[in-house]
Amino acid sequence: MTVEVDGSCTSRCNRGYMSAVTEEWVLLSYRLPREPSSPRVALWRRLKRLGVAQISDGLVALPADARTREQLDWAAGEVVEHGGTSSVWLARPMSVAQERELATAMAADRAAEYVDLETSARQAMTEQPVEQRKVLVKLRRTLREISRRDFFPPDERDRAQAALRLLEERSADGAVPEPAAQPNTRGKQASSRRAAGAR
Amino acid sequence: MRWATRAGVHIDRAACAWLIRRFVDPDAEFVFVADPAEVPDDATPFDMRGVDLGHHGSDCSFETILVRYELTDPVLVRIGQIVHEADLDDGRYDAPEAPGLDVVLRGLSMTGDDERTLALTGPLFDGLYEFFRRSYLLGREPA
Repeated sequence: MTVEVDGSCTSRCNRGYMSAVTEEWVLLSYRLPREPSSPRVALWRRLKRLGVAQISDGLVALPADARTREQLDWAAGEVVEHGGTSSVWLARPMSVAQERELATAMAADRAAEYVDLETSARQAMTEQPVEQRKVLVKLRRTLREISRRDFFPPDERDRAQAALRLLEERSADGAVPEPAAQPNTRGKQASSRRAAGAR
Repeated sequence: MRWATRAGVHIDRAACAWLIRRFVDPDAEFVFVADPAEVPDDATPFDMRGVDLGHHGSDCSFETILVRYELTDPVLVRIGQIVHEADLDDGRYDAPEAPGLDVVLRGLSMTGDDERTLALTGPLFDGLYEFFRRSYLLGREPA
């Protein structure tokens, strides 16, 4: 078993040495007129939602898969519809280091979003259960949105997920209809137990 | 009539194919191509970049077809909102059904070819249509 694993690693490393084992990326090159600004803002929002890596002005990248290829293709179409020029490319970084640089930048962007989410979750823990659940619903959606554009999950994701689980538990603890009901019930049980013991 | 779209069908294309067959052309035949240049001359392309029945403004292709063929059925408009959110996920509509539907379609595209995806999603969209038709008539969720 160990030998097999070592063997496959060696062959992979060799391949890596001969030619970089980089992944395929989809690139969108675009240029939009400076005015009006609303299509630029709309495109910027769209690219941000997709979680692109900005390579340079007017050039963004995403790891290539069926969905990212399609999304950047539609974005390119939108650029043309607004009087700009665009093209979509499939490409591989020439070196692993270059790819890692892109991935690190993207992971750092997502990490910042996860940290914001964790902060919001922790802040909500001091709120009343009703308010906690409202925040929880909102943050779950945010987590889903971030995860969708997270191609290189950073450690901050685990912490954000843990914070949401904690908020989920806290808000569930307070889910008893009347907060005062709990000690009363316990009191009743205790007294009936005492009563049973007395008999 | 023949209709052409990109291979690797996901939510928008599956929904468009259903919409075309049910409400535009009952005898629709679908062709799947890898590149827009491969669209046969006698086929109407949809959900491809640069064609009329594609994304326009913030509309997905399903919504574009509703506009182009003047399909104003409120039930189809509601399904259009779900397809929009499943495809674009931009928060334009409140469609809690969307993420689930998107995952189902993505999973289907992993386990079978496009013909199979259309064969399986046809009854699925028929069901969605019936559900929202009844909701619309009742003014609340049907049982």
